[in-house]
Amino acid sequence: MVQYDTHEHDVLVIGAGGAGLRAAIEASAHGAKVGLICKSLLGKAHTVMAEGGVAAAMANVDERDNWRVHFADTMRGGQYVNNWRMAELHAKEAPDRVRELEAWGAVFDRTRDGRILQRNFGGHRYPRLAHVGDRTGLEMIRTLQDRGIHQGIDVFMEFTVIGLIKDGARVSGAFGYDRERGLFHLFRAKAVVIATGGIGRAYKITSNSWEYTGDGDAMAYDVGADLMDMEFVQFHPTGMVWPLSVAGILVTEAVRGEGGILVNKEGRRFMFDDIPENYRAQTADNEEEGWRYTQGDKNARRPPELLTRDHVARCIVREIKAGRGSPHGGVFLDIAWIKKKIPNAEQHIKEKLPSMYHQFLKLADVDITKVPMEVGPTTHYMMGGIRVDGDTQMSSVPGLFAAGEAAAGLHGANRLGGNSLSDLLVFGKRAGEYAAKFAKENGPVAIDQAQVEALAQRALAPLENTSSNGESPYQIQKELQTHMQDLVGIVRREEEMQRALEVIAQLKERAKNTRVEGNRMYNAGWHTAIDLHNLLTVSEAITRAALVRKESRGAHFREDYPNKDTSLGGFNVILRKTAEGMRVSMEPLREMPAELKQIIEEQQK
Amino acid sequence: MSSTATFRIWRGDANGGQFRDYQARIDEGMVVLDAVHQIQAEQAPDMAVRWNCKAGKCGSCSSEINGMPKLMCMTRLSDLPLDQPITVEPMHTFPLIKDLVTDVSWNFRAKKKLKPFNPRRPDAPDGSWRMAQRDIERIQEFRKCIECFLCQDVCHVLREHHLEDQFIGPRLFVFTAALEMHPLDTENRLPNLRKLDGIGYCNITKCCTKVCPEEIHITDNAIIPLKERVVDQFFDPITRIINAVTGGDKR
Repeated sequence: MVQYDTHEHDVLVIGAGGAGLRAAIEASAHGAKVGLICKSLLGKAHTVMAEGGVAAAMANVDERDNWRVHFADTMRGGQYVNNWRMAELHAKEAPDRVRELEAWGAVFDRTRDGRILQRNFGGHRYPRLAHVGDRTGLEMIRTLQDRGIHQGIDVFMEFTVIGLIKDGARVSGAFGYDRERGLFHLFRAKAVVIATGGIGRAYKITSNSWEYTGDGDAMAYDVGADLMDMEFVQFHPTGMVWPLSVAGILVTEAVRGEGGILVNKEGRRFMFDDIPENYRAQTADNEEEGWRYTQGDKNARRPPELLTRDHVARCIVREIKAGRGSPHGGVFLDIAWIKKKIPNAEQHIKEKLPSMYHQFLKLADVDITKVPMEVGPTTHYMMGGIRVDGDTQMSSVPGLFAAGEAAAGLHGANRLGGNSLSDLLVFGKRAGEYAAKFAKENGPVAIDQAQVEALAQRALAPLENTSSNGESPYQIQKELQTHMQDLVGIVRREEEMQRALEVIAQLKERAKNTRVEGNRMYNAGWHTAIDLHNLLTVSEAITRAALVRKESRGAHFREDYPNKDTSLGGFNVILRKTAEGMRVSMEPLREMPAELKQIIEEQQK
Repeated sequence: MSSTATFRIWRGDANGGQFRDYQARIDEGMVVLDAVHQIQAEQAPDMAVRWNCKAGKCGSCSSEINGMPKLMCMTRLSDLPLDQPITVEPMHTFPLIKDLVTDVSWNFRAKKKLKPFNPRRPDAPDGSWRMAQRDIERIQEFRKCIECFLCQDVCHVLREHHLEDQFIGPRLFVFTAALEMHPLDTENRLPNLRKLDGIGYCNITKCCTKVCPEEIHITDNAIIPLKERVVDQFFDPITRIINAVTGGDKR
């Protein structure tokens, strides 16, 4: 029998980025005994990388802003397949969640009259992103972390969950290991919140770190929870492309918010060449107007560089494919040009974009105050994930909740920049609150030993494999990333995705034969082998969902179905585990209440 | 274009270990972390290394490269003498777990003991406050800290003397300064700074400032002003008389 330590909690939160921390703080505030598992050290999760800001209609900079506009912007950006209830709650509650951070010590940049400053961002009608230079995520995660450590939460740093345990229909805990010694741990809990973030490591070019292997999505799927919208993977338009070793690292949208422009090698500002119909009324039709918008002119419309991320990414791909790209296979992003417009431009750029200045100078020998950057799309964010109830964030498995990037619904087919930091606050809080409530209202849970044994055996297999032709987990991961990038990337086609399914099936077989050297102590090879199961699960889910959505919508672009199909606009793609494998179905969206429809109508103008 | 270089990496755990040499292929723009990853994927699959963002924003990949405390992800190979072996070893100050990974949990425990943020009542009915940008700029510098703990690693009070029980180290002085100088905070941390946190042990050699990847002026902007406040409160004769009469004041 497998050996392990047992930990008991009312609420177990898996993942300690913004959503997990916020959920843990809330559950604890509701009297629950809370455990918080982080795959890395506390405060290192991907929230720390978020740069531009947190979207909340506080109307500190433009009094015309309110939750209705934010709601309509989010729905438009998501191409109306969003969970409208989540979009509504998010728009209404984000301002309070941001002000709450200030009460916990966050120090946002200020307006002239001393309130929280807000900046422009793609797809947001008014300046809406509360920020701290271009390191907003660091400010947020540190604030939540420093608040959380005084809440009596048990923090398990550098622990990884292998899988969830169920007691009948209900979730009863999680089984995992500590990285340091490689020992097993069983977490028994009345409610579990998944806040494990994204799936970026399924792709070769990504802004995500090693942690983002779709753990939460896969473990929820494995115990019967529905996954939704997995075809909607956000490729952020601006990642670094050179040097190769930093390819994929994010270049914040705030560069464009502050006036940065996208230019091809012919010097043409190509974003003016293709402005989608549903954004035409809101988009500047000349460079001068676009510039005035970035400088706060309320009568000006936004420059096309600030169109939604899916569109900007595709325009960049078009330029590169047409041979108009930059020397290292990207396009140019130029902020230095603003020196023609304002005095002290160099100083201004360093103040507004300090971490971008630092990042390019240190990693690429590029001084962004003097010359343009080279950028190209990078895998950034999973709009899909675990299907949840909009109010409570509970999944289709009783007692299993999800929040933040791991949950689906808020962002629909494309997420607006800034809406993820507000997402994790609003729905982290809700998940924590309702998980605590669920734990209070439902009795104790039992642990099924057979499930624990099965997870332990799966985890130990690569260490116990003595086969001389055992596979390297690094090699399998690399091949998966290459194929997902090539076959299920920004531009998708039926045959290529069918090919991807074959490759995934082969890699699944090979993954069963991974072999790792060394012992269980802090063994990176072993951890990579364990994570493969999750990466392969989410890769299959992405591919299967992308195959059935035979249209182009938001981040999902199909060369063989290049247009939006209005008949598909009323459906989400749902993935569920069955005895025969992954089942894909199209399920209709819930009917939107009349008052929300009316808001969308009004905001079309 | 491609050439190779030797990386002399510490392999071992709390029971001991040694440097081992590995060859890595070198390409334009590479950083030390890239070489370590390449070696891990191809030659040493069980090698332990911490990393996350790969862009100097998370502070996970702290190590000592050719003897200097640095982030592996921000150390370009083109800045190192590649004709000699590049040594990569774990931070010395913290207990070794394995290879390049150390046990930095003391930093988290020590932080938890410090008095948290305690704001004055909100200025507006919606629960918000008014602060001028110029009044928050100095603490925004401190809040840039990515908790890489390189400053803790290099500080001799911790590195040589291991006074972890009596001294919180530069990172946590920066943290305390951010709270003490926060325009909304009402707490007084000066008695603790003097007695529990051991600010007197710092003799301002500025080693911490030199290694800070965020270029925070740790000594000049955080530690020295805190020292001055402690001196003002506890050692200035006039303040002592006023404090004795009024029952003390925050600043």
